[in-house]
Amino acid sequence: MKDTVLQVEDLHVFYGGIHALKGVSLSVPQGTIVALIGANGAGKSTTLRTISGLVRAKRGRISFEGKDITEELPHRIVEMGIAMVPEGRRIFPNLTVMENLLLGAYTRRDSQGLKRDLDWVFTLFPRLKERTWQKGGTLSGGEQQMLAVARALMSRPRLLMMDEPSLGLAPLLVREIFDIIRELCENGVTILLIEQNAKAALEIAHYAYVLETGRIVLEGEGKKLLEDERVRKAYLGEE
Amino acid sequence: MNGVSVGSLYALLAIGYTLVYGILGLINFAHSDVFMLGTYFAFFMIAVFLLPWWLSVLIGVILCAFVGMSIERVAYRPLRNAPRISALITAVGVSFFIENLGLVTVGARPKGFPRPELMKNVYILLGARIQGVTFWVPIISIVILLALFYIVYRTKVGMAMRAVSRDMETTRLMGVDVDRVILYTFALGSALAGIGGILWACKYPQINPLMGIFPGWKAFTAAVVGGIGNVVGAMLGGFIIGLAEILIVAFFPGLTGYRDAFVFAILIIFLLVRPGGLMGEVAREKV
Ligand SMILES: Nc1ncnc2c1ncn2[C@@H]1O[C@H](COP(=O)(O)OP(=O)(O)OP(=O)(O)O)[C@@H](O)[C@H]1O
Ligand SMILES: [Mg+2]
Repeated sequence: MKDTVLQVEDLHVFYGGIHALKGVSLSVPQGTIVALIGANGAGKSTTLRTISGLVRAKRGRISFEGKDITEELPHRIVEMGIAMVPEGRRIFPNLTVMENLLLGAYTRRDSQGLKRDLDWVFTLFPRLKERTWQKGGTLSGGEQQMLAVARALMSRPRLLMMDEPSLGLAPLLVREIFDIIRELCENGVTILLIEQNAKAALEIAHYAYVLETGRIVLEGEGKKLLEDERVRKAYLGEE
Repeated sequence: MNGVSVGSLYALLAIGYTLVYGILGLINFAHSDVFMLGTYFAFFMIAVFLLPWWLSVLIGVILCAFVGMSIERVAYRPLRNAPRISALITAVGVSFFIENLGLVTVGARPKGFPRPELMKNVYILLGARIQGVTFWVPIISIVILLALFYIVYRTKVGMAMRAVSRDMETTRLMGVDVDRVILYTFALGSALAGIGGILWACKYPQINPLMGIFPGWKAFTAAVVGGIGNVVGAMLGGFIIGLAEILIVAFFPGLTGYRDAFVFAILIIFLLVRPGGLMGEVAREKV
């Protein structure tokens, strides 16, 4: 059994009176891709936002590499090694591509490593390299998505959380993004992935959780879930 | 020349309004009081502690930065997630508090501000006699504005400020300690207000606890005319308001008494024509 990087236990989250997470538990082993799938409003984004410290849990515990991070502030959590590609890209439109990337590296003090990683993300996304001086807001949707991923990588995370990285992309680009996710994983980055595109997610995920109205209702290896009757019906649109 | 000089002071003061509005969506009414405090800090350093001029200014400006940070920390931060109107009312309250504290401690009677020799000298420029203040104020202001642009557009913390002004939550996800960036923003804006106040006092060497109010409103007008939230706009707005004000006095001396009303008339007309301001994007309504 591999080491667990992220452990979430019995997480409860409320938005005012809405009980959005009702005891979510999951664990993400080192060097794997774990997928979180579920219908709209199931609580997938809420789970990631709680892990990253943007939303506070009412109950439960989140630990990263053995340390309790339930009460940590978002910027401390990034420093500790968790980065997130937020839902809807959230590129800074008033900043250049280069500034967006440097902001992703805000917590870093090693200018040597930073330069190396800039080169690294430019080899992953050559299209960004030609556009370093362009304002983020003028990039195409697909380019913005690449920038969102590249920006998250600039903090050199050991755990990368991605909230629907393929949303709104052309099929070719979706393939490209998934190839990069796999490649990142091979490079030792652990990945927690949310996807609408359940089929693609389950195909690359080592392990997956199915979330339904704030509860984990099913979990298992990605390939196994692909064959599961309920999953096929509910998420893969089969009869 | 006098218009440029007044305008550059409005610009210095307008930057603080625009920086804070850009980041928090809050009109920091206490900003004009920091402007006033700057003159008193410098005044006491010079007149009471008998410190040299440059040191007094430096201490005054640093104290202003601390006052700005304290206002944010004590009055605004606890209301970060409260409705906008609560923060606005708090801002008005802080402003009244500082003004009344001033009235109680130093009194309403204006004090003469000790100007340095540099500002009192008279120069002959292209055959015209020109006072030191009229000459030095815009030059000093412009140097400081250039330094500000450097900070906002070329440093890491400036980059974080611009990011926070667009999307606070995502900036947090980048590992930025947003509360600290907001503190720095207040420090920066307040330091500029302090410098502006001291230069203002060099130009109009009578200081009193309510002296910030009118320059404050005009600088705020300048920030809105320039497109609130936009640093370059605030600067341009400052110069426009300053020039407009001096020109109306020069061409229509009979209207001198309406000079303040005129500035606000500009604001209203301008906003009817260009609701987003000079550099503003109309669609950029912050939620
Ligand atoms: N800021 C908020 N205030 C109130 N309710 C919220 C807030 N954010 C999310 N919710 C509610 O919490 C529930 C879970 O939302 P969440 O965004 O986590 O869903 P999701 O699984 O990511 O959905 P999607 O696939 O549509 O992105 C939803 O019912 C949503 O309406
Ligand atoms: Mg979501």
